[in-house]
Amino acid sequence: MKTLVWVEHDNAAVKDATLSTVTAAAKLGEVHLIVAGAGCAAVADEAAKIAGVAKVHLADDAAYEHGLAENVAPLIVELMGDHDAFLAPATTTGKNIAPRVAALLDVMQVSDILSVEGEKTFTRPIYAGNAIATVESTDAKLVITVRGTAFEKADAESGSASVEAVSGKGDAGLSSFVGQEIATSERPELTSAKVIVSGGRALKDADTFEATILPLADKLGAAVGASRAAVDAGYVPNDYQVGQTGKIVAPEVYIAVGISGAIQHLAGMKDSKTIIAINKDEDAPIFQVADIGLVADLYDAVPELTGKL
Amino acid sequence: MKALVPVKRVIDYNVKPRVKADGSGVDLSNVKMSMNPFDEIAVEEAIRLKEAGKIDEIVAVSIGPAKAQETLRTALAMGADSAVLVETDEAVEPLAVAKILKAVAAEVEPGLIILGKQAIDDDANQTGQMLAALMDLPQGTFASKVEVEGDHVSVTREVDGGLETVKLSLPAIVTTDLRLNEPRYASLPNIMKAKKKPLETKAPADYGVDIAPRLKTLTVAEPPVRQAGVKVADVDELVAKLKAMGVA
Repeated sequence: MKTLVWVEHDNAAVKDATLSTVTAAAKLGEVHLIVAGAGCAAVADEAAKIAGVAKVHLADDAAYEHGLAENVAPLIVELMGDHDAFLAPATTTGKNIAPRVAALLDVMQVSDILSVEGEKTFTRPIYAGNAIATVESTDAKLVITVRGTAFEKADAESGSASVEAVSGKGDAGLSSFVGQEIATSERPELTSAKVIVSGGRALKDADTFEATILPLADKLGAAVGASRAAVDAGYVPNDYQVGQTGKIVAPEVYIAVGISGAIQHLAGMKDSKTIIAINKDEDAPIFQVADIGLVADLYDAVPELTGKL
Repeated sequence: MKALVPVKRVIDYNVKPRVKADGSGVDLSNVKMSMNPFDEIAVEEAIRLKEAGKIDEIVAVSIGPAKAQETLRTALAMGADSAVLVETDEAVEPLAVAKILKAVAAEVEPGLIILGKQAIDDDANQTGQMLAALMDLPQGTFASKVEVEGDHVSVTREVDGGLETVKLSLPAIVTTDLRLNEPRYASLPNIMKAKKKPLETKAPADYGVDIAPRLKTLTVAEPPVRQAGVKVADVDELVAKLKAMGVA
């Protein structure tokens, strides 16, 4: 089977989510990559070094700069004439593009796979991760999005694939990019961090969140996450949100501070290796999944913890 | 211009789903069902656009069992003008749903189709994008802000690093994210009035759409159960555990 993997990048560097997707693709067969963007030759060169990649298709055109699905999907559909499967990371970009590709190919997409069980058989979470379905595709071609935290990252240095330029139809004339507001953070990226400190509604306000959670995160070199309640209340921007509707994370250590543990939040973090919960309510559902629990007022416990580390 | 708003009847988001012992699926008998939360946001957004004079009429549509009528009545009670139920007892996959919606849209001729970004049962996050592909329309997925201006719509999208704004020519497809709005509750008088609003019932065959599943579900299993944890007495003990794990 020949697979085509969507390379997630910012026109400068390959993003980590791509590496896990390559690992999943390699279980199916020969791995080709598609780098679509504007002025992204350097990204293609970087992508060519990913272990296990046979070929990189480079589509360099102003129409692909921002990964607009209307422009990118036809390009991928064209390449799919020569490939059997399209895999994209289950990031917002992958989730935006892949179903458009699938419908154009008249196939059902398999979303957010956790494992490859056979040539056409995969596992995926349903009901906010409360059940795991094993599904088999009966379509001629496969379109798949891959949950990054479920697959090891492919080695980014040891490959030597060839880069081949491809051109698509360019701008479909349906949509245009206006602008973006990217939240800046010097902390590790949430989805790839080894340690995450997350705060919930109990943090009261943005200032308290900052004063309580950030020092602990910095001490541990951790990324900062949040529950939906904390995001909705405006304590932190929405891209901090961990859960069914936010980011799915699986760090080595997840520290949940003042988070009750609603199923929508658990859906985003319950595959973490070790879960630590600090909550003053000893009946909070978070303690049912926590490996280590501390029943305490976070306003006493977190500063004390930060101080003793 | 008209808005078409597809809504799905799903297990209530507060219910913890239980996997059937024979691994055939999730037990939905005697479980509270509700409108998919993202679809409530879609209905609300359509109503707000109508209140702002950008939309003249809202048609809600649902594909599912006869009981999906209740979900449509909820949409009507919130403020939708009419509803279409495409009735089937089969589970319909996003691709087939998109094909049916395309056919419904051909009759309604909406300027805007607003869907939830994903249903909380299958968590697929596909239908809106697939519909956009089949209709060759632009898509504004994961919307946190929607502004209709003349012949186009500006959609601010929630993307991984933050927010992104795109401009789409109308007609267009928008899928809603959680922060787009706070859906209103249907008042009792509006619930009563909704009973008199038109609700048309159709079947997938009326639209000539084959709903045979493309994905075969082999088994549905419980996720791996986490081992019971320990509670520590104080911060010192927690620090010791963190140090033992090599984190601190």
